[in-house]
Amino acid sequence: MATTNSLANAKTATKHAGVPLVSVREVRKTYALGETEVHALRGISVSIHAGDFVAIMGASGSGKSTFMNILGCLDRPTSGEYWLEGTDVSQLDKKELARVRNLKIGFVFQGFNLLGRTTALENTELPMLYSRVSKKEREQRARDALTLVGLGDRLDHFPSQMSGGQQQRVAIARALVNKPRILLADEPTGNLDSHTSVEVMDIFQKLNRDGLTIVLVTHEPDIARFTRRQIVFRDGHIKRDEVIDAPMIASEVLKTMPTIED
Amino acid sequence: MFLADAFLLALRALGRNKMRSILTMLGMIIGVGAVIAVIGIGKGAAAKAQEQLAAMGSNMLFVGSGSVNRYGLNVGSGQTKTLVLSDARAIARECPSVSTAAPGVQTGQQVVFGNQNWATQVMGTEPQYFEVRNWPFASGTSFSEEDVTQSATVAVLGDTVRKYLFGSSNPIGQTIRIGTLPFKIVGTLAPKGISAGSNQDQDDVIIAPLTTVQKKLLGQEWLRWIMVSATSRGSSYVAQKQIVSLLRDRHKIRPDDPNDFVVRNLADIADAEAEQGSVMTTLLTIVASVALLVGGIGIMNIMLVSVTERTREIGIRMAVGATEEDVRRQFLLEAIVLGMIGGAVGILFGVASSFAVSNLLEWPILIPPFAIVLSTLFAIAIAVFFGFYPARKASQLNPIEALRYE
Repeated sequence: MATTNSLANAKTATKHAGVPLVSVREVRKTYALGETEVHALRGISVSIHAGDFVAIMGASGSGKSTFMNILGCLDRPTSGEYWLEGTDVSQLDKKELARVRNLKIGFVFQGFNLLGRTTALENTELPMLYSRVSKKEREQRARDALTLVGLGDRLDHFPSQMSGGQQQRVAIARALVNKPRILLADEPTGNLDSHTSVEVMDIFQKLNRDGLTIVLVTHEPDIARFTRRQIVFRDGHIKRDEVIDAPMIASEVLKTMPTIED
Repeated sequence: MFLADAFLLALRALGRNKMRSILTMLGMIIGVGAVIAVIGIGKGAAAKAQEQLAAMGSNMLFVGSGSVNRYGLNVGSGQTKTLVLSDARAIARECPSVSTAAPGVQTGQQVVFGNQNWATQVMGTEPQYFEVRNWPFASGTSFSEEDVTQSATVAVLGDTVRKYLFGSSNPIGQTIRIGTLPFKIVGTLAPKGISAGSNQDQDDVIIAPLTTVQKKLLGQEWLRWIMVSATSRGSSYVAQKQIVSLLRDRHKIRPDDPNDFVVRNLADIADAEAEQGSVMTTLLTIVASVALLVGGIGIMNIMLVSVTERTREIGIRMAVGATEEDVRRQFLLEAIVLGMIGGAVGILFGVASSFAVSNLLEWPILIPPFAIVLSTLFAIAIAVFFGFYPARKASQLNPIEALRYE
């Protein structure tokens, strides 16, 4: 891909201005596993600016999952600082962390993690249940989010009635519904076929183009090529951190792929 | 989360496992139902006993001739000949807590009317007896004071005797034969039913003037009993003491010797019955409470299963921003809803079964509102108590591990 996306360039121009959205400094994470101590992270420092689209890569056991858990405020570092939008969230208590997860972070998981026997609309409403949004506004916002990911006509479907790609799009809608600062995706294409994977990456690219910051864990180089920055973990350290000059554009790739489903 | 949303969520979660929820509630239903039924039936039984005692006469005391113990041979009560008419007069006159005293004798006799005959008790007493016993007339009147002084052969029939001798025809003015003597019927009594103390048919009786029975049927001077009415129910114990000391004095009994008479207080019998009833009710309530407790353990059991089953759901909720408090409240509310619905159905069940029992035994229906309020609160308290541990367990889950849970 030689052609450079003009939109991506525009974001690159603005993203280094001001304070970074995420600033991780000397973060370490140590687990006690029986008698031995496991050092999952051995001093990670990295900054992510608003509008970035980062792929986190590495073999299993490299510390990338631990890093994502800390980034997602599901876990706290043993030492070091994690500044999110000017707040050191490594100092917050459990209740405040839940609040941060609710309002500033959106999660997308490999296994979708939707509630069974619950409609797409209600699954999407879930984060707003915990931020005291009125019933009417909840429905409106969930409907908008589902329409945004192309599921406006499947509001009342249950997860069991949807394909993997559709379920993942519901999960994305759920992640977006509280207008988070950052979207964290943990192997979002791990359970999807290659065509659907590119479709999901297309959604991510569009969201990123509209300004959403995305951090995505993947071990597939094909998927990482759709992002604009790759950070590679190994043995609890960052081994490589590089900007991709010319990311692939998912919508272009889709045109060249044979369509099988839907 | 808004409370209304949380409540709806709990109802839906329980609705997903209908059979399991119903079975869990069954524990509460049986527990609460049993508590209410036991209290309702117990109260009904106590009220019935009170009713029976009230029917025997208000504030009544019974003074009877005593037992004789000669040369070590005790021949039973009703044998002494020391209780006499002047004792009855003295009790009425000298005991401040006594309002009326009716002296009496009685004898078993064969009575005949036309071709009907019937063996019954004939009592000889004075007109104030009906007042002491609180016994209304069904027809006719009492014999008079004059009938007593003249030993007139007139009689009043109890309801059972009337039925056997006269059936549906009117006995007033008719003449019956008691033993060998003809008696004219002047009145009939309203039915009084079975005595609460002795289980005897109180209506199987004929009542005639004291002197008539003493002289013409028995040929004795002494009395078998004196029925005494105290001035109020509260004063019956005082009246009892006054009668005992008066009679010991009149009969010249030395301080160490036993009474040659007996005094029984109906308030004693009533209190004994009430106590017996309340001990029974307490015991049954404890048993019912144990059932309620078992129901609570059932709730805890099912909530623990539910928390394990829904570990992943808890992880998802935490990831999207549920606090520990949100998760704890969600599960606690499910337990409370189980307890509340179980409690409500249990109340219906308990009320229905105590109605059924009351109907069957012709008891008054008495379900005190406090029993309903109390068992509802108890059901909720049990649900909170037994729901708290599973709810806390859910809230303490590590979201990362919960999300990974298969």
